[in-house]
Amino acid sequence: MTAAAEGSPARRMTRARRNALLQSEPVQGFALISPTFLYALILLVLPILVVIAHSFWTQNYLTIDRTFTLENYRIALTEPIYRDLLWRSLYISLMVSFFTVVLAYPIAYFISFHGGRHKSLWLFLITIPFWTSYLLRVMSWKVILGYNGVLNSGLMGLGIIDEPSTALLYNSTAVIITLTHAWAAFAILPIFVSLEKVDRTLVEAAKDLGDGPLRSFLRVTLPLSVPGVISAALIVMIPTVGDYVTPKLVGGKDGVMIANAIQAQFGKASNWPLGAALSVTTMVIVTLIAGAMVLVIRAAQRLAR
Amino acid sequence: MTALRRLLGSGWLSAYAFLYVVFLYLPVIFLPIFSINTAATPKFPLSGYTLKWYEDLPRTPALLDAAWNSLVVGVSASILATVFGILAARSITRYRYPGRRAINGLIMAPLVLPEVIVAISMLLVMLQLGLSLSLFTVVLGHVLVCIPYSMTVLTSGFEGFDRSLEEASADLGESAFGTFRRVTLPMVSPAIISSLLVCFTISLDEFIIAFFLTGTDATLPIYIWGQLRFASKLPGVLALGTLLLVASFLLMTVAEILRRRAAGRTQNEGGLYA
Repeated sequence: MTAAAEGSPARRMTRARRNALLQSEPVQGFALISPTFLYALILLVLPILVVIAHSFWTQNYLTIDRTFTLENYRIALTEPIYRDLLWRSLYISLMVSFFTVVLAYPIAYFISFHGGRHKSLWLFLITIPFWTSYLLRVMSWKVILGYNGVLNSGLMGLGIIDEPSTALLYNSTAVIITLTHAWAAFAILPIFVSLEKVDRTLVEAAKDLGDGPLRSFLRVTLPLSVPGVISAALIVMIPTVGDYVTPKLVGGKDGVMIANAIQAQFGKASNWPLGAALSVTTMVIVTLIAGAMVLVIRAAQRLAR
Repeated sequence: MTALRRLLGSGWLSAYAFLYVVFLYLPVIFLPIFSINTAATPKFPLSGYTLKWYEDLPRTPALLDAAWNSLVVGVSASILATVFGILAARSITRYRYPGRRAINGLIMAPLVLPEVIVAISMLLVMLQLGLSLSLFTVVLGHVLVCIPYSMTVLTSGFEGFDRSLEEASADLGESAFGTFRRVTLPMVSPAIISSLLVCFTISLDEFIIAFFLTGTDATLPIYIWGQLRFASKLPGVLALGTLLLVASFLLMTVAEILRRRAAGRTQNEGGLYA
């Protein structure tokens, strides 16, 4: 303060201007968020850029040859093993997002339209299992579906089957079931939020104008909740493509997914550039599919009207 | 029973809702059931009640180390993530500036990115920088994935916050820091504690990032992962898993109660995802 008072008029002016700038809304807001922003830049954006860079290099035994090459992408896209893994991962994640959304929609609808006073209690009831360890939830499916597991021993005890079935565990169906269960809450919440935003007077208007409950649902409520359905489908689909734990624990040989291959490249196989190329390919394909899903659901919404 | 009926309402939709909740809880409930069963394999019929699997837990030094590591990582990650979350949530709810939505999107991105990809990209950078893998690198990773959750909890606590209270305090001569400490902080402290609990729970349960970024030190999920290879160790894992389930459940319940109280104070409704 005293320094400012002693300074020449010109310097005082610039300082005043600088202070005005520093106190302006945008600068203060940006200054406040910058530590978090920088953290995300350094630990998320920079690492992803490093992965992209690696994907164009070659592993040379222990060192990395930094000459530009597309060889890793050729392997990632044409080698049958990686192509199959990518396809399977996409298939599994699309199935999982389809089932979670279809199963979750009625619940979200029920809570939003019939939840009454207990809305938040219902939401809490449904989200609480999902704050427990993901690893443990996957493990419990292993316990259920295993050869000596709950389902087999239960069915045998009831006399429905004579011998434990091996068809339950270690295949892609087991992966789909486990992931559908694991991601259920993530689908309910976005759908619930979008249903809450549906203007109830519109539903009443449809009823007054002679639409039955089913028609007013199909022509008013469902189209209006499409944004929630889209975000639910994406919030489930994107992370499940890269799931590692579930295929490893309940997938067996037929349930291996791309994340397991990526991990192998950074572990045992020790071919970082190939692992990087597989990661980038997965991210690009997921982004494309996500975009396609948004377009398809929007088109269906337009047709429904 | 009548209370249950009133809660459920009526009709096939409520029957479905009931079944759905059963579907959500059933798998999780098998862990505690088989953790007090005498048989070493989890199957029906149950063979008898025992607590021996629990009694064995404190006698396993590797487990105690892992529990201590998890505690250290969880406390550090939750404090750091909450500090970053407070700064960002305050900025997002209080100020308007260009690029605000984009920055928010970037900070929230770890929520929807495949975890394996987040983990291996961080691994690559840390190895390039010559950082040796340790619990410290796990904390760095956990902070990144906790920030989005911290942000959602805190934004719902900060939003609808009556700015005139702060202005009144400033007009009455309080400094910016004084206003924050004496007006803002008391209003938002439940949200902050809620964020700490949520982040601690996430860090406690997080596996993938810890798996890739840790050196030789195991956290509890990594310890469990190692034990899963041995069928004979399963009951012990189930017992440990049950304890973790109970811990997560309690932490999240307290966090939710506090978050609601914070949202109530600022007259704002919304859940973790709202």
